Amino acid sequence: MADIRNNFVGIKSPNPFWLASAPPTDKAYNVIRAFKAGWGGVVWKTLGEEGPPVVNVNGPRYGAIWGADRRLLGLNNIELITDRDLQVNLREIKQVKKDWPDRAIVVSLMVPCVEEAWKAILPVVEETEADGIELNFGCPHGMSERGMGAAVGQVPEYIEMVVRWCKQNTRMPVITKLTPNITDVRKPARAAHAGGTDAVSLINTINSITGVDLDSFAPQPTIDGKGSHGGYCGPAVKPIAMNMVAEIARDPETRGLPISGIGGITTWRDAAEFMALGAGNVQVCTAAMTYGFKIVQEMIAGLENWMDEKGHASLNDIVGRATPNVTDWQYLNLNYVAKARIDQDACIKCGRCHIACEDTSHQAITSMVDGVRHFEVIEAECVGCNLCVNVCPVENCITMEPLAAGVMDQRTGRPVSPVYANWTTHPNNPMAKVAAE
Amino acid sequence: MPEGQFREGIAGGRLSADQYADNFSDLHPPLDHHEALVESDRCYFCYDAPCMNACPTSIDIPLFIRQISTGNPIGSAKTIFDQNILGGMCARVCPTETLCEEVCVREVAEGKPVQIGRLQRYATDVAMGENKQFYPRAEPTGKTVAVVGAGPAGLAAAHRLARHGHDVTILEARAKAGGLNEYGIAAYKSVDDFAQAEVDYVTAIGGIDIQNGKALGRDYQLSDLIRNYDAVFLGMGLGGVNALRADGEDADGVINAVEFIAELRQASDLSGLPVGRRVVVIGGGMTAIDAAVQSKLLGAEEVTICYRRGQEHMNASEFEQDLAAANGVTIRHWLQPKRVIAEGGKVTAVELEYTALNGDRLAGTGETLTLVADQVFKAIGQSFVPAALNGSGASIDLEAGRIKVDAEGRTSLDRVWAGGDCIFGGDDLTVSAVAQGRDAAESINRALTSNGRA
Repeated sequence: MADIRNNFVGIKSPNPFWLASAPPTDKAYNVIRAFKAGWGGVVWKTLGEEGPPVVNVNGPRYGAIWGADRRLLGLNNIELITDRDLQVNLREIKQVKKDWPDRAIVVSLMVPCVEEAWKAILPVVEETEADGIELNFGCPHGMSERGMGAAVGQVPEYIEMVVRWCKQNTRMPVITKLTPNITDVRKPARAAHAGGTDAVSLINTINSITGVDLDSFAPQPTIDGKGSHGGYCGPAVKPIAMNMVAEIARDPETRGLPISGIGGITTWRDAAEFMALGAGNVQVCTAAMTYGFKIVQEMIAGLENWMDEKGHASLNDIVGRATPNVTDWQYLNLNYVAKARIDQDACIKCGRCHIACEDTSHQAITSMVDGVRHFEVIEAECVGCNLCVNVCPVENCITMEPLAAGVMDQRTGRPVSPVYANWTTHPNNPMAKVAAE
Repeated sequence: MPEGQFREGIAGGRLSADQYADNFSDLHPPLDHHEALVESDRCYFCYDAPCMNACPTSIDIPLFIRQISTGNPIGSAKTIFDQNILGGMCARVCPTETLCEEVCVREVAEGKPVQIGRLQRYATDVAMGENKQFYPRAEPTGKTVAVVGAGPAGLAAAHRLARHGHDVTILEARAKAGGLNEYGIAAYKSVDDFAQAEVDYVTAIGGIDIQNGKALGRDYQLSDLIRNYDAVFLGMGLGGVNALRADGEDADGVINAVEFIAELRQASDLSGLPVGRRVVVIGGGMTAIDAAVQSKLLGAEEVTICYRRGQEHMNASEFEQDLAAANGVTIRHWLQPKRVIAEGGKVTAVELEYTALNGDRLAGTGETLTLVADQVFKAIGQSFVPAALNGSGASIDLEAGRIKVDAEGRTSLDRVWAGGDCIFGGDDLTVSAVAQGRDAAESINRALTSNGRA
């Protein structure tokens, strides 16, 4: 049986599934329910400094987009950090940690960007015996207007400075949570690393407007006729998050820096993919907010089952396994040739592959053969783009089949070369590097 | 003396008022808004969609379903009406299981087609509920067209002609317009007087004058129409019922199924409609099923359909056969009527002979079976009655007993078109009649104008 116990920067949890800092982790009641359901850990919803708590809007805090059958694909929120009293939160954290010693409790923090503020909050959090802290440099709305959250996360120098203050003022492991609302995620990751962070977590939410009410012409969610950008999350952001995780994992300057992966993780498979790209564990929010805490049971069983099936004994066997395969475009093998193939037995003849290829791509799929509705790849036209695979409603009906070396590529009229060759040496590349003589 | 279901002979009042209401409620209740959205999400928006090609009126089904899913049911209804102005009734009565839904790729993939018929009803209900009229009439052309019969073919033709600016007079023999939509079709497929609501919706375009009680050959002749109108469209359907060719079929209690169905549709109080305790229906098509199921729903204790060939030869779709079975109707195959047995002039039983296929030829085997029956419905097909056409003037060409038309619906007579069940080569479906009426109207328009220009 696969061992899915997790040790993330010294923080131990029975599984790698943590709840991200968000509404599901705002108070003891929810966190206890999560632990009862089986979650390995939580990042307690962000605490602010001592004083009157922040206030939230009293209208809609969430907006969403949906797929077929109103499956929630993306969620956006304009909620701020916890609006509960600091002392209440601290008391609850301490009690829950005491009652659930085997689970991870990390406390998310966001205070003004001055050293005194951090010096003030760190000891009181330490006193709860929480396992670590997560620096919220990602919240994109509201708090960023006050110089916190993403306003810090978008300036690498500030990240490095705050991380350094924290490392100097606490024994607790420091996880730095990054915002995706930047152009190159490696810069803030490098800054956090330079400041001495123990780990980074990403992504926080993405600036977004989920919809516009076409009667009132107001963005959604709408507060008294107005809207403000919110933070976008859920399954729709997963590809963006995975790329950012991979960029940090393969960056020579941050390679080896522990990463807690966040962004649209809904199933065990999503989690395994993040971990394969380099995440040491994962954090979940939207999926729990959509379906409730029970989903973790599917995640645990699914991950164990897959690891058993593949012979992976522990999480160390899978973390980062895909990272070396993430490369730059210029290093992709241009001599690799694949062609789409349609399994005629699985084909339901909807014709979407044909019309997608015909209207928008390479005219490489038939719609009629000998007067009969029939969808077949014309190899001489197929560039192997994969669009047909992506639009086909039947899984595995269309597959991309690589051509073996030596086989004639009917499109180019040349046999497939067995030699790896990329753009850097391609004759069409004016910058091609000539092999050393 | 036993009452209700077990009362001997042909009698009404077999059920309670609640049972009648329940039995004759909507067979496929309308989809509500949520159901329509969930169902419309299932459509794959196929290329050159098989459903669309299977539809005799070629409704752009993927497009109308997409319009439902994007919250535009009015636009969806227009997509439907563009091709089929009787899309509301077709949504209710089309044998979708042998047309659009049979070829739906979801049927291929998972045995569960998108419920196209019910989605079509959803969209058309929304538009008709708002009496949303999509088609302004073209400038008046001054041309007049006579339409014989206010059934699906005649109404479809009239609407399209009115759109093109022609003035249409529909001459209808019956008291109400609608044809089989009003007088045929099982009651549970068209509840709440939908057929009349649809006639009103179609004629609301203007320029269509329906005159009831005007029968061809009785009240006027075809030659009158040719003389008095610029064009004539014949859509009078089938007036005759095929005989059983069994001894004693004139006994009391032997009834034409189409008349029974019409009477049921017109009944204001179903409890007043008598039905036998033991009913035998002879035939294997939709009419046989409609008569059998409705007999059962009226409270008949025992209803048996006897069909002279095998299950695979039945014209009734599998869905209709299942519907009959689910309602407790027994379907027996390879039996043909031989003799109606009567006592005191009233039917008491039917003697049937078993049949077998000898090569391509069906023949009796000599073995017989007698079924006790106090009511026998004849449902072995209808026939065209050409006599009404031949009052005066040149006679019209027929083919296999029905009116011969070309691809545009033109008959052998100049300025006379035809469509619907009365023409040769159709499939006796409402939706096909609509297509033929529509297409004949386009042909008429081309003939009356200079290639479509007045």
